[in-house]
Amino acid sequence: MLPSLVPLLPTENDWITFDIPSLIQNFWSATFDGLTFGAIYALVALGYTLVYGVLNLINFAHSEVFIVGCYAVFFTLSSLGFGPSAPRLDIWAIILNLLLALVLAMLASAVTAFLLERIAYKPLRQRNAPRLVFLITAIGASFTIQYLIYLWRGPSPELALTMFRPTPIFDVFGTIVDSQQLVIIIAAVIMMVGIDRFISKSRTGRGIRAVAQDPDTATLMGVNKERIIITTFVIGGLLAGAAALFYVMKIPSGVQYSGGFVLGIKAFAAAVLGGIGNVRGALLGGLLLGLIGNYGQILLGNSQWTDVVAFVVLVLVLLLRPEGILGTSLGRSKA
Amino acid sequence: MYRKKVLTSLAAAATFSMLLSACANQAGPGTTESSGSSSKVNIPSISKVDVPSGAVKPAGDGKATCPATTTLAYAGAQTGPNAQLGVNIFNGIQLAIDQHNKANPGCQVQFKKFDTEGDPNKATGPVTQMVSEPDILGVVGLPFSGESKATGNIFEQKGLVHITPSATNPTLTENGWTTFFRGLGNDAVQGPAAAKFLTGKIGAKKVYLVQDDSDYGIGLGTSTSAGLGSALAGTEKVTTGQKDFSAVISKIMNAKADAVFYAGYYAEGAPFDQQLVSKGFNGTFVGPDGVKDDQFIKQAGDASNNAYFTCPCIPGELITDFATAYKDVSKGAEPGTYSIEGYDAATVLLSGIDAGKQSRADLLSWVKSYDKDGLSKHYKWDAKGELQAPTVYGYKVDNGKIVPIGPIGE
Repeated sequence: MLPSLVPLLPTENDWITFDIPSLIQNFWSATFDGLTFGAIYALVALGYTLVYGVLNLINFAHSEVFIVGCYAVFFTLSSLGFGPSAPRLDIWAIILNLLLALVLAMLASAVTAFLLERIAYKPLRQRNAPRLVFLITAIGASFTIQYLIYLWRGPSPELALTMFRPTPIFDVFGTIVDSQQLVIIIAAVIMMVGIDRFISKSRTGRGIRAVAQDPDTATLMGVNKERIIITTFVIGGLLAGAAALFYVMKIPSGVQYSGGFVLGIKAFAAAVLGGIGNVRGALLGGLLLGLIGNYGQILLGNSQWTDVVAFVVLVLVLLLRPEGILGTSLGRSKA
Repeated sequence: MYRKKVLTSLAAAATFSMLLSACANQAGPGTTESSGSSSKVNIPSISKVDVPSGAVKPAGDGKATCPATTTLAYAGAQTGPNAQLGVNIFNGIQLAIDQHNKANPGCQVQFKKFDTEGDPNKATGPVTQMVSEPDILGVVGLPFSGESKATGNIFEQKGLVHITPSATNPTLTENGWTTFFRGLGNDAVQGPAAAKFLTGKIGAKKVYLVQDDSDYGIGLGTSTSAGLGSALAGTEKVTTGQKDFSAVISKIMNAKADAVFYAGYYAEGAPFDQQLVSKGFNGTFVGPDGVKDDQFIKQAGDASNNAYFTCPCIPGELITDFATAYKDVSKGAEPGTYSIEGYDAATVLLSGIDAGKQSRADLLSWVKSYDKDGLSKHYKWDAKGELQAPTVYGYKVDNGKIVPIGPIGE
């Protein structure tokens, strides 16, 4: 049937096989799944990009801001009676429950991001600490939150949550696009467009861009820098919380203390790929990384290739365009 | 004011997404129910198994004497993603030791547990610690194939006998170890039996084989795919700890497979089956002993209704005396997969201690020449440490419980 899959058996010595027939056969389903993941990466990537734009800080603890959101989703929905089985509720009840989970996850992540900024980064800023210290603090904060969750919930993943059984919506070249993929992609893209407009049009957005461009001059012009920094962290947190709901929707058993770590790295890579500090870059980078990883996984025939392929492409792109694909920074982008 | 704007747009996006899921869900319940039950092959369950009449019990004759330091140990998962498989085993051991100590006031055997988390990388530490404790005369473990492979040499060096109640990778007995004994059939037996079960009783025409990256999954995958022959529609690998299976699932759906065999453990098997059913797969899911646990049903939810299991293990829950006594030890839980194998393995060691084999060397030669019935089957090992007459059972999920459907593969 699929002779190309035979080399995957462990008796074979080839450890890389290019399974092109399989990629062709699964191209469209890989595309839609890739876009779904890409949308989630992009929402998380925005948090990295915004904070980097304003503070020149890679907030490695952002992956834990995200996982706190996942736990909020888990606790909200499991206390409302959701579990591994498909819920026996009517549609409107499910929507209300999911909305509640979304709001609580966004709040939980935003509060985590806020506290992180106040406790970990603000004291350093007041002491004018060198940038390296910020970076180490970020990594330390990431591990601290991760292992606090470990101590609290243990090493095992939480029970899976089925929010709704995805149903086919329409066909593309024989591949079914289901409601879950559609919900995630569309909602995430709407949120990203909203954020993009907010940064480019609103007064706070202008403030964020001003601080990103030149913090001292922005302060002289009457921009409250501290408030802008907090706002940036909170926006990143809100988006990570929304991403958390979509992530748990896509991967019901993904709520685990270490579950944000790899996703965080990939979201960060997405931000770099698109051009860190650039809001549209995060969107583009996220979607691209999701697609590339999924194609690579099918082409090479093993899920462990997802990350290898994604990062090889990242390195290649950065060799040609060190600033990322869209390359401009937050401050200069649409000033 | 502008902050309000961002919140409004986020809220709008959220509402929109929920509405979309609403439309999606309207069609939901109907399709779910029809796919959940329609295509499952119905194989009746069995309600009793025969116990060998002369089965050795841990209690013995009640006259045994031994030093107060005499200790048996369990090494294997107590925590970690597949912990439940370990819990089933050490509760069985605990029961055997409790029954023995109660009947034999002159011989109180101590029981020590060493946690490996089921992880080959973590197992060497606790096992090294265990073999260096001179009071430990015999060990039940290790439960999983990967960790057994990683630690077999450590036992060998110290001449400490160990009986695995559940590790099924065939190559484990090819290492020349003299201290390793397997208390059940290996995957060279289970794999072909599973293949026969899939194409025979299940009636599958196209089977998709998915294996994890453990020694157990790879070995079982190989022996099963050989047995499947032309019914094999494709092979796919997953990784320990993997959470997202969408790429594997789209391959299965595009290959139009009517059954999936998953060679691995429930930690990945449960979310895999759950996502498989969510994507609209309405064929049969068959998993081996590593998947056969109530945790699988708990974690996969109603998706688990499509599942069958193969297992070289005896349904201990059907042996009333054993099941009742087990519940006292396990705080009410039914015997699980390999509980009875753990109990039997401990009984082999305890009967040796009672017979005066109270050094490591003596107990080792006791096990080597052992030739008696246990509760689950006859125990007699060949020179490599394999059992001589293993059986493979089939199980299915029925109303949220795992029930046996009798021996398969014959």
